[in-house]
Amino acid sequence: MAKTSIFDILFTIMKEITKSQVKELAELARLGLTEQEIVSLAKEMTTILDYAQALDEVDTEKVKPTCQTSDLRNIFRDDEVSVSEISIEEKLQNAPMREKDFIKVKKVLE
Amino acid sequence: MPNITIAKLNKIFEQKKESPSLYVRACLKKIDEVEDDINAFVTVTAPEGLAFAKESDQRMATNKRKSKLDGVPVGIKDVFCTRGIRTTAASKMLDSFIPIFDATVVRKIKDAGGVIIGKNNCDAWAHGASTENSDYGVAKNPWDLTRVSGGSSGGSAAAVSAGECVFSIGSDTGGSIRQPSAFCGVVGLKPTYGRVSRYGLIAMGSSLDCVGPIANTTEDIATVMEIIAGHDEKDATTADRPVPKYSQRLENTIKGKKVGWVTEFAQMGLNDEINRALENARSEYEKLGVEFIEISLPHAKYGIPVYYLIQPAEVSSNLGRFDGIKYGFSADSSDNLIDHYFKSRDEGLGAEAKRRIMLGTFVLSAGYYDAYYNKAMKVRTLIRGDFEKAFESVDCILAPVTPTTAFKIGEKAQDPLQMYMADIFTALVNLSGNPSLSLPCGLDSQKLPIGMQIIGKNFDEETILNLGHQYEKMTEKSNWRNFKKVL
Repeated sequence: MAKTSIFDILFTIMKEITKSQVKELAELARLGLTEQEIVSLAKEMTTILDYAQALDEVDTEKVKPTCQTSDLRNIFRDDEVSVSEISIEEKLQNAPMREKDFIKVKKVLE
Repeated sequence: MPNITIAKLNKIFEQKKESPSLYVRACLKKIDEVEDDINAFVTVTAPEGLAFAKESDQRMATNKRKSKLDGVPVGIKDVFCTRGIRTTAASKMLDSFIPIFDATVVRKIKDAGGVIIGKNNCDAWAHGASTENSDYGVAKNPWDLTRVSGGSSGGSAAAVSAGECVFSIGSDTGGSIRQPSAFCGVVGLKPTYGRVSRYGLIAMGSSLDCVGPIANTTEDIATVMEIIAGHDEKDATTADRPVPKYSQRLENTIKGKKVGWVTEFAQMGLNDEINRALENARSEYEKLGVEFIEISLPHAKYGIPVYYLIQPAEVSSNLGRFDGIKYGFSADSSDNLIDHYFKSRDEGLGAEAKRRIMLGTFVLSAGYYDAYYNKAMKVRTLIRGDFEKAFESVDCILAPVTPTTAFKIGEKAQDPLQMYMADIFTALVNLSGNPSLSLPCGLDSQKLPIGMQIIGKNFDEETILNLGHQYEKMTEKSNWRNFKKVL
């Protein structure tokens, strides 16, 4: 890379994924992990990301990212209401908790 | 005895020699006999299948068959929504999930008269290369029950190989159709990105996921593709272009076709026996006047690192919807909403899904996005460019599918990175978007199937199917084709 950003520096210093980082990430991903899971994830993620550093040697200065390969642009359609042949009962059958025709959730505010 | 094909069934049904019900019952019987050993299905839908088969019998009797798939027993990988039939993605998270709609590919097969007899086992959420990540147990290889069937569509490939169904529909994000097909000695196609609708497929990596068939022959693959390919307004990534009559070009001459031979691949951990099998296939093709041209994919070696940054990023996003609220597993011990999310996801998701969610969350997080995710997307551009350049001088590319043949159950289960390496020759093609056909090209010294892939230009499935079919015809009498597998 031509210019060194603060991230590049951080990145080289911080080669190891720490337990506290794993905890922070798990918080973001809404995953409640056990202590054992945290320890093994820190190790595994370090190995995998270390392997991914092979990409550092590729010069991508002038390269645009590829997000997808269909080469299609946004596809629009008219927002028309269609009548569903699926009953409300059927639509709610998979909900773990319900009350009448609603999906119920746990308490949001204390 | 070789497995029955769609082509053979059609001859039988056209002449009204036997009824679809007979073959559906035969498959169900086979399932009864071998499932304890193979475990290729999460759910078997015998009553529904038999009822559907009866309708098919009627249509055959009154000359009203809907298509070449009418009355053909089919398995569906358990990541496709099937209305009224449990769909688990092989994860306990969806153990009791009953979809309220059919995936487009399922609807098309039903409309064509195909008889769905069950949902095939796979790695949970299609994460893996061995089905060892399935919460319903590993799907074993019919050629050697101590070995994996591959993954993630391992149940689909094992079921077709063992004759439990005549074809199956799988999904391929980094090799999940092609690799198990190679391991189980059957044929699998990853179509061009956008060729087959993914509506109703439980999404894994949305810029990579492709839907395609696994069958006994290339001819059968072509037949299924004619039914399942095409534009779908419910999947905006599908291409709005006509679907070719794939089976009509199978007999075209392949003389003068130019096939690329990738110089880098032999140095990428490829096992000698597979390399030799590929060279043999090359000589067979040369006898038919096919010209081989050495090509270079200089960025091929970055395929795995790029894939294992982009794919987890997309996984972390796609698995965000499994929150224990609308459907799926729900932890009951929590007393507030946030806690409910944490507990439901922790208890419902398995180790590999968590690993990918965590990796994906990391590479997408502020501060690391540019260094990892964006970098990977840029190298993806270079990989795609390599293929585009190669296809300026060749019609298709002949390549290995896997670095080794089917490995032992447990051999790689404890080492995620080793497992990821199983995708080294396949994930590249998901990154570029091209179609690729995986088909058997021999056996190794342990009598395990070896596969090769023929990678085509975008939306040119016809050429690779043509080459696959011609290879099968040419090697029809080869000794390795008649070797009897364990089941």
